[in-house]
Amino acid sequence: MSRWFSIRQDLTPGRHRLLGVFAFLLPLAVWSLFSYVPWLWHPMVRVTDPAGVSWIKPGQILPREDFAKLVEKQAALAAPLPTGAPANPLYFPPPHAVGRALYTAFTTEPVLKGDKWLHEAIFSSIGTIFWGFTLACLVGVPLGIFCGASPAVARLTEPFVDFIRYMPAPAFGALMVAIFGIHVAPKIGIIFIGVFFPLVLVVATTVRRADVSLVEAAQTLGAKRRALVLRVLVPASLPDLYNDLRLLLGSAWTYLIVAEVVGVSSGISFFINQQAKYRNFDNVYAAIVIIGAIGFTTDQALAWIGQRLFAWKNPRPSRLRRFFGRLTGSTASPAPVASA
Amino acid sequence: MVSPSDSDPAADALPDYRRQSPAVAARFAALRQRPVVLEIDRLGRQFAGEHGPVTALRDISLQIHRREFVCVIGPSGCGKSTFIRLLAGLDTPTSGRVLLDGKPVTGPGPDRGMVFQGYTLFPWLSVTRNVMFGLEMQGKAATEAERDALQWIDLVGLRKFAHAYPHQLSGGMKQRVAIARALAASPRILLMDEPFGALDAQTRAQMQAHLLEIWRNVDVTIFFITHDLDEAILLADRILVLKANPGEVQELIEVPVPRPRRLDQLTTPEFLATRRRLDELIHPKVAAHVASERLPIVRLTQLGDDVE
Ligand SMILES: Nc1ncnc2c1ncn2[C@@H]1O[C@H](COP(=O)(O)OP(=O)(O)OP(=O)(O)O)[C@@H](O)[C@H]1O
Ligand SMILES: [Mg+2]
Repeated sequence: MSRWFSIRQDLTPGRHRLLGVFAFLLPLAVWSLFSYVPWLWHPMVRVTDPAGVSWIKPGQILPREDFAKLVEKQAALAAPLPTGAPANPLYFPPPHAVGRALYTAFTTEPVLKGDKWLHEAIFSSIGTIFWGFTLACLVGVPLGIFCGASPAVARLTEPFVDFIRYMPAPAFGALMVAIFGIHVAPKIGIIFIGVFFPLVLVVATTVRRADVSLVEAAQTLGAKRRALVLRVLVPASLPDLYNDLRLLLGSAWTYLIVAEVVGVSSGISFFINQQAKYRNFDNVYAAIVIIGAIGFTTDQALAWIGQRLFAWKNPRPSRLRRFFGRLTGSTASPAPVASA
Repeated sequence: MVSPSDSDPAADALPDYRRQSPAVAARFAALRQRPVVLEIDRLGRQFAGEHGPVTALRDISLQIHRREFVCVIGPSGCGKSTFIRLLAGLDTPTSGRVLLDGKPVTGPGPDRGMVFQGYTLFPWLSVTRNVMFGLEMQGKAATEAERDALQWIDLVGLRKFAHAYPHQLSGGMKQRVAIARALAASPRILLMDEPFGALDAQTRAQMQAHLLEIWRNVDVTIFFITHDLDEAILLADRILVLKANPGEVQELIEVPVPRPRRLDQLTTPEFLATRRRLDELIHPKVAAHVASERLPIVRLTQLGDDVE
């Protein structure tokens, strides 16, 4: 049996899975410790009995020093002493509260009429991301591929793209509202700006990294420009391009949160801000966790699909690839593995 | 690599490597009558180095006839790869020119197929689709291209692996597919840059036999780079010996070993004579050289722990 923490040695599948679970259990354990062990942190006091002090109510949370002063004052007056239990600030709800909120946030009606339910907010956010990201890809991927394929196009494009890339996308917020109005369009615009410019550069770099000897081999087989791009450079860099897009999809979520407060606030950011206003911090956490869960599962799913789609990159037979192979007419079928 | 002549007095009885049997001489006479496929005319290539221009190749002239097998040998860094890239059109000469069937070469094209030293199969395509690539570039319909491709795959003996992907093949198989892929595009000349350099000795011998067999059956001229002297003699009609710094023609040898070639010819007098000549050209006075340049190594082993 190999050691657990050896350098750059692949984990056994069992350990791989186990450690993956621990990656989530450990933070949860820390969170639980600070939430449930009364003498860990707990800088506040939750009043259980006001004992006649008129300006505090049972369940109210106040800083420990303030409560101590209050008790001192009452003691000096020989009045009955208020009692309380150690508590954490409101903004640090315990795991079970957030867990409950994960469910109740979907079932509680919005406070104001016309506000969105949580699931509606989530769908609206996903829609914004989808359109912003898709539009950025539709324009950015071909442009990036051209840049990667042709040094002339790259030189003509990349310096300016690089220049704009340094401008934070949210800085275009006011401009987007002026151009596209106050609803969903400017939000899509901000995500587009945030994703498009890095995308072009990343795609170009990935295409440039493709093995030049494959291009040369294709040239000696009679491939001209168009075929060199479409039949050699694109398929050669497709697995890496796919991973690039996965990473950028993550950054699209970052821009989403800023984009959604531009113009008429909407989507999951609106829900979060609204709940924070009502001081329902467990709902705030629930919404944040949901964003994380959506991002994480999308990414894992895409990784899983990618591994099967580009099996030639990581040798492992795959039914999905064969399926796609049949769709595209290539004759991918199992073959004996060479031994000679 | 010490030439047999150094120690063996009987080797001095070897014939002159320039002496050809009547059959071989007749073959060369016939060969010279064939049309010239590739004409290399005072070819030169300079690179911009850190300290001024570096001449990788200088003034190379050669005429290659149809269906001829030419090998190029030379020490490492003498410009062999540079040379073949110029012929393929993947690089442009700084002087001289290359003519294919009388027309100047201006860039890469399917009339000059190439097999590279590294493996350059398209890893995302199956063997069949790799071989189909050149055919499709010529505008052949998919079904026709596939039929042709399968014939070429048969020719290199990989029918069983037609649907395999490159990562499922051994090194020798990959190079066979690369040969099939290059030949499928029906080139006038097949350029090969140390194609078997990365293979083990046994596979390499198989591949040499294979290549000769293919060359016998296919109407193609072969230009083959190697650093293996035996390989050059075994395969070539003529051997172009280059010297380094700058890369220049040292000698153009007509191989006196009769055809058809077999591995057991390795010990025939013609073979040994040619081999000795190549040794003289490529490794001049090896023994003296090694002795005079002892490596500055300090002894790091225990006394009495000698291995030699
Ligand atoms: N693109 C380049 N730029 C500058 N110098 C180069 C370039 N390509 C090759 N050279 C130089 O030209 C010389 C010949 O290189 P080349 O690769 O043709 O040698 P080679 O005979 O193929 O060597 P090997 O047997 O090791 O493959 C070398 O000195 C090399 O440094
Ligand atoms: Mg080389």
